[in-house]
Amino acid sequence: MSDTTLPKDPEDAAATAAEAAVPDAATALVAEAAAAQLADREPILQVRNLVKHFPLTQGIIVKRQIGAVKAVDGVSFDLYAGETLGIVGESGCGKSTVAKLLMNLEQVTAGEVFYKGQDITKLSGRALKAVRRNIQMVFQDPYTSLNPRMTVGDIIGEPFDIHPEVAPKGDRRKRVEELLDVVGLNPEYINRYPHQFSGGQRQRIGIARGLALNPEIIICDEPVSALDVSVQAQVINLMEKLQDEFNLSYIFIAHDLSIVRHISDRVGVMYLGKIAEIGSDAEIYEHPTHPYTQALLSAVPVPDPEAREHRERIILSGDVPSPANPPSGCRFRTRCWKAEDRCALEEPLLAIPTRFANVDTPAKHESACHFAEEKDVVGAA
Amino acid sequence: MPENTDSVILDSAAAATSGPALIADVDKRDKPRSLWNDAWYDLRRKPVFYISALVILFLIVIAIWPGLIATGDPLQCQLINSLNGPSSGHWFGYDQQGCDVYTRTVYGARASVEVGIFSTVGVAVLGAVLGGLSGYFGGWLDAILSRISDIFFGIPILLGGVVFLSAVKGGSVTTVSTFIILLGWPQLARIARGAVITAKEQDYVLAAKALGAGHGRVLLRHIAPNALAPVIVWSTIALGTFISLEATLSFLGVGLKPPAVSWGIDISSASEQIRNAPHMLLWPAGALSVTVLAFILLGDAVRDALDPKLR
Repeated sequence: MSDTTLPKDPEDAAATAAEAAVPDAATALVAEAAAAQLADREPILQVRNLVKHFPLTQGIIVKRQIGAVKAVDGVSFDLYAGETLGIVGESGCGKSTVAKLLMNLEQVTAGEVFYKGQDITKLSGRALKAVRRNIQMVFQDPYTSLNPRMTVGDIIGEPFDIHPEVAPKGDRRKRVEELLDVVGLNPEYINRYPHQFSGGQRQRIGIARGLALNPEIIICDEPVSALDVSVQAQVINLMEKLQDEFNLSYIFIAHDLSIVRHISDRVGVMYLGKIAEIGSDAEIYEHPTHPYTQALLSAVPVPDPEAREHRERIILSGDVPSPANPPSGCRFRTRCWKAEDRCALEEPLLAIPTRFANVDTPAKHESACHFAEEKDVVGAA
Repeated sequence: MPENTDSVILDSAAAATSGPALIADVDKRDKPRSLWNDAWYDLRRKPVFYISALVILFLIVIAIWPGLIATGDPLQCQLINSLNGPSSGHWFGYDQQGCDVYTRTVYGARASVEVGIFSTVGVAVLGAVLGGLSGYFGGWLDAILSRISDIFFGIPILLGGVVFLSAVKGGSVTTVSTFIILLGWPQLARIARGAVITAKEQDYVLAAKALGAGHGRVLLRHIAPNALAPVIVWSTIALGTFISLEATLSFLGVGLKPPAVSWGIDISSASEQIRNAPHMLLWPAGALSVTVLAFILLGDAVRDALDPKLR
């Protein structure tokens, strides 16, 4: 592990931000506190400019590339120990591809993923296998993520077969039973097959498999979207309980905004392969500054019919453009009501908007928009 | 997170109450049932399975010990009996050479069963391995193997048989089986390739890779067991068609050759005398039809049992 390969030290970055932040004593104090908070929470995963292009080819034997689907096109974020980073966005925006890239299940086209200072996208063989112990995944569909021909004991025990150093052979059955117990399943189920379980129970088995190697990071790719609402709550609660128990960091990918808000400490909003806005959950949900986030939030169902009548709904026109041929400049400009000529020419970078840079407001978080401004769309907030 | 403790407790309580009930339920029906056990359970309640399995079992037994039910010798023939019809002690009558049709039909089972089993095993192994690898690894390997199998697909099996088998001049069970394997594997390779491609895109394969599993483990533990069902079904049905293919080739004079005893040879010689002695054709042709039908019915029953979509 070479710390020198780190792109930037977050502590320094926070400190410079604090220095730049204006003479006002009060805000300086706030910034210092924030810097101190950041300092003792060093990111365990740093994602820098992650790019994945899937080539579009033509030809039967000699394939030539005629284009590329830009599924992920420059995504950067940090994940801190013990926190949950939610990633939301509509279907096809590249959320799941990000998960696969972080797991090294797909080769990155460009960019880096630093786990404790080590770029894991360049690893292979034994080094990669060692990192896999610390980064695990929970899959979306509990009906396809468990091998139907294996018993639960074999499924949860497989991590120990692959990494025999984690549990000695005689110990494995006990470990599997403990894991079943931890995820709230009866340890006597060990010899049963996946088709004998319900969706929620199957997802618990998937979680137990992810926990088996004692990872630090679990990437959850829409872990509850295939479950009934009542079961969703159970699984989410289980995941929160496990996070506290094992000090896990989650990357929680979902399209359900309420669930993401419930479980996440910070939230990133993705649109067409890029992050549109990222910040703490209160910042994103109550003070969104990116028009896409505002449009997304305005679509969240409001249970109170009184409040529903008074709220404003932002209805976007058109469809998401094809990721094979994304719009120039800002990717959202084709559907944005604020779009001007500048948006087509100049790509907005994901940064704290200049108008909020010198004020202490929850709107002060990274947003990739030239015309970022607050708009309270949730209403009740 | 205090506000969640309630639901956590509720949740585990629900799991606990549902737990024993489910277990009791399982205990009633013997042990935990894998999908293979389920298929076997399904199979055992199908009359078609029993009938076809009994026919096939009987066929295998007489292929190994034909002397059990036929006391004569298929090659000891008296020309004086030529074309004689059924009589007491010789219910099936005699053929042109004066051989007992019953004895020859019983002894003919061996050639059919041997060709059927050898060529099916060969086709299954070769096709499953090549098709499986090309489906799993894809890329240039897949491109090359698929093109090769396309070439073999282009060869009409009967024309290929006439050309190939008359060239090698063997006429033994080995040459016929080799030929069938050579032309038969691409079809199974295609089926195996498709099954492997379906299986390799399942999340459990991704999960195994995410755990750090190598190709060997992924292929053997995750993909093979899940891609096996269509291969088994197709092989069972193919066994019957390979037996009839052997008979066809022998009928055309390029498969097994006398003095070998085979239904195809007998059908061929009977066809010349069909007006004078129809009984000569009836028995070997009937045995062939029943055998092929038994394998096809067994294949159908196995498919019904293994197909999860019908479950």
